[in-house]
Amino acid sequence: MPNNQTRVVITGIGLTAPNGNSLEEFRQSLLTGRSGVQKFETRYMGEVLAGVCNFDVLKYQKRKEVRRGTRAGSVAIYCGWEAVRDAGLDLGRIDKSRVGIYLGITEHGNVETENEIYNLQQFGYDLRYWTHHHNPRTVANNPAGELSVNMGISGPHYTLGAACAAGNCGLIQGVQMLRLGEVDLALAGGVSESIHTFGIFASFKSQGALASHEDPTKACRPFDRDRNGIVVSEGGCIFTLERLEDALSRGARIYGEIVGYAINSDALDFVLPSGERQAECMELALERAHIAPHEIDLISSHATATQIGDIEEAKAIRRVFGQSSKTYINNTKSYIGHTMGAAGALELAGNLPSFWDFLIHPTINLENLDPECSLNNLVVTKPQPVERIDYILNNSFGMLGINSVVIVKRFET
Amino acid sequence: MTQEEIKASILDIISEIVPDEDTSQLDPDLRIRDQINLDSMDFLDIIMELRKRYKVEVPEEDYPKLATLNSCVAYLEPLLKDK
Repeated sequence: MPNNQTRVVITGIGLTAPNGNSLEEFRQSLLTGRSGVQKFETRYMGEVLAGVCNFDVLKYQKRKEVRRGTRAGSVAIYCGWEAVRDAGLDLGRIDKSRVGIYLGITEHGNVETENEIYNLQQFGYDLRYWTHHHNPRTVANNPAGELSVNMGISGPHYTLGAACAAGNCGLIQGVQMLRLGEVDLALAGGVSESIHTFGIFASFKSQGALASHEDPTKACRPFDRDRNGIVVSEGGCIFTLERLEDALSRGARIYGEIVGYAINSDALDFVLPSGERQAECMELALERAHIAPHEIDLISSHATATQIGDIEEAKAIRRVFGQSSKTYINNTKSYIGHTMGAAGALELAGNLPSFWDFLIHPTINLENLDPECSLNNLVVTKPQPVERIDYILNNSFGMLGINSVVIVKRFET
Repeated sequence: MTQEEIKASILDIISEIVPDEDTSQLDPDLRIRDQINLDSMDFLDIIMELRKRYKVEVPEEDYPKLATLNSCVAYLEPLLKDK
């Protein structure tokens, strides 16, 4: 029976980030200030800065699957298997028709289309050379579909196109489907292959929002006075979500409980964000979690190091949390750049260990705080020890004014 | 191209398209698809590769003629004799 009060918990995490291919590696990088941003060769544009993942593609895929599929599909398959294994689930023993796959994406199909047009150009634009793989590679459900085919999961699978808010949206969809009783296990999160499309770099550059720095590891500088734009990255993060009663009955390890979420829209502009709507989104998530702002211990900020974006989010956080003296704020993009569709999920994953290691990883590359981004309790440069973390609020915002917020609570029986 | 060169080229194309399969033991008189994991999308890749490498156009009605290694060689030999 659909029940909005049904408790949903995270029981497994699979991820690939530019600075780690497991939660343990990723966390270690975040606590030691290890960036994953590097120089990267891109078609037409030459060298750009990007967050590049180096997970073992052949760990869960055959070479033919890699050749036929997409990078986003490979990211999804790697993260999906890692999550299921981490959760201690045996796919041979569960009803795979009761598993749902819900993956957030910022965009999909640009990489494959650009590759195919480039190939076509080598053959004088003779359309007989256009591949029959184009459609299955570019349909919007591709990354989720590749995971379904690879794992033999026959429940629903689809992606959620939500620009850079998508990682949270995948997670929220998983929670909703578990509450509706549509599935018993959700593989939910987000993926990105965006560094393999020159178009995304070129567009940010034309917009004046592509980061540059002589040292790649210092290029992504959220809230810093000298920030100059986004570092585009690839990555993925998939959580296994289960209803609490199911997780308890199988003795699963529980990373945390998703107690609140919200999605809203600015209804304002193609690219310019609205701090006001972002604040409303955070307030709605808090209301649904039945908690007050001061109860949030940590805000995982979305800030991407664009001029206006960081200012608007800082405004929104000040409006909602201005009176919350114990709420810390950090930023994970400063290490890995913007993993686009994966960002919301990855950044949340990177922060979950604070429930048990009692540390908040800092924002790096913040040397001179932009006064317009001033925030109380911004964790900078070195990890912040804490006595206890009970609630983490995770922000993820995207173009066309989509905002998403997820609140995760330390799990206690 | 000689028959041997054509056969080697076909095996090279197949190995590229289905890299997980062992093509060294293929019986040249048996259907390729009965011996290794090669589906219809892979077969279309073979057709595409012949087009890209040798500008050979195989019409759909001739696809059955590419069922075995030997039948591939027999079919392609006149088309590749000057390549």
